[in-house]
Amino acid sequence: MKKCERCSKPSVLHITEIRHGEVQARHLCESCAKEYLNQPVSATSPSEAVAASLAETDDDVDDLTCPECGMTFKEFRANGRLGCANDYQVFRGELLSLLENIHGETQHVGKVPKRAPDASQKQYRLIKLRSRLRAAVDDEQYEEAARLRDEISALEAESAD
Amino acid sequence: MDLERLTRTSGEWLKGSGAESDIVMSSRVRLARNLAKYPFPTRADEETRCEIEHLLREQFDGRPAGLRLNYCEIHGLESLDRQLLVERQLISREHSQDQAGRAVAFNDEECVSLMVNEEDHLRMQVIHSGLSLEECWRQMDALDDALESGVTYAFNEQFGYLTACPTNAGTGIRVSVMLHLPALVMTKEISKVFQALQKIGLAVRGLYGEGSQAMGDFYQISNQVTLGKSEVELIKTIQDVVPNIISYERRVRQALIKENRQSLHDQVARAYGILRTAQTISSEETMHLLSSVRLGINLGLIDDLEIPAINSLFIHTQPAHLQKLQRQRLESTERNVVRAAYIRSFLANGGRPDTM
Repeated sequence: MKKCERCSKPSVLHITEIRHGEVQARHLCESCAKEYLNQPVSATSPSEAVAASLAETDDDVDDLTCPECGMTFKEFRANGRLGCANDYQVFRGELLSLLENIHGETQHVGKVPKRAPDASQKQYRLIKLRSRLRAAVDDEQYEEAARLRDEISALEAESAD
Repeated sequence: MDLERLTRTSGEWLKGSGAESDIVMSSRVRLARNLAKYPFPTRADEETRCEIEHLLREQFDGRPAGLRLNYCEIHGLESLDRQLLVERQLISREHSQDQAGRAVAFNDEECVSLMVNEEDHLRMQVIHSGLSLEECWRQMDALDDALESGVTYAFNEQFGYLTACPTNAGTGIRVSVMLHLPALVMTKEISKVFQALQKIGLAVRGLYGEGSQAMGDFYQISNQVTLGKSEVELIKTIQDVVPNIISYERRVRQALIKENRQSLHDQVARAYGILRTAQTISSEETMHLLSSVRLGINLGLIDDLEIPAINSLFIHTQPAHLQKLQRQRLESTERNVVRAAYIRSFLANGGRPDTM
């Protein structure tokens, strides 16, 4: 029987953890396992996750500075918090890969402020419909897919006017 | 506003009603929003934060979505009062740090709470008893629309609602359910649940959110991704997985009852006995015993106590609540004595708070 990795008692609990896509096996005795499972369940907070995925950034982008709030990319790297909305433009290139890492996507498809101009409202509906179309095709829901396709081309024709 | 009043009441979300409320303590939806043209709170100076606060307060005073909101500035509040708001789940621990410009608005039922100048300018939460995510979202969506008619949010076509931390960008939504899973903890099956949830990108946290301990066998399950999926899709992810966990917990409860009725009954009865008679008791032990009693009520092993009563004990036995009740600061050992007395009188009174 394998020994507990923290003390020398026999291990009775075998935990396979998947964190940030990495698989890790743990072998623990009963008391160590209890302690282990009772620690804060989500050990990595979102900001730690941000910091971790930022650790390998190039040095030369560190000097990027937002003219509006004065935040440098280096500062953002250090504390994981952006300074203002404009940072999303200034650090756009770096944020794209970061957001891809965190969310697996880089395009918003949710709610849009009612105040957004008509053109972008329409743009959003198209993005949303296309994403639903992809999902429908993946699920082999072809009737729904056909309906969505028609709705998309109608909306596109409308925009072209 | 009079925070004293809070120690005599409980939030609506503790009432133990709504679907699956034996296992689902509460459902919650929160949105992160920022005002365009202002730096995010951590980057804003005191003057700017106060300007933002005034701007938002005006909106709250206009009864957005028909809500009558109590308003409370965090700055200048005694530390005990700030801790009380955390225990009530009206503000986060981060927000309880005294800083000029911080405020919270909440309705009398405590199902809506709006934090001003936390990590983002506005953090809104709607919380309800039982499994009721759709209701939470409907109310949240309407409130968000109402506020948006008075202010301009920071929003970008690609990244959605812009937030201080990129982990919240896009929808800015966090959808969560608080589950009471004593049987899965008892049988250690809970680790399988964690693994399964992590695989589908959901986070598991304790009673008081990020980084908190899993107290009283309560676990909060929430989405991690906020960008690239719609609010409704994210809600559906949680909604689809929760029934599986509920039925898993129920299956294990039934198996325990079937195979181990006597020892389970013994554990529940002892927990109830200690709570009714103890002379000094820590917060940790209280949570642990209350969890057994809550399970006992749901399994019909205890029949002279109601779920809402036990739900409110989880909150009312926390440190700041006890100290507010006693109207004085107490050391931990003194609190343990006061806590035991409070619980004894509460239970002797059939689950109603006594005037101490």
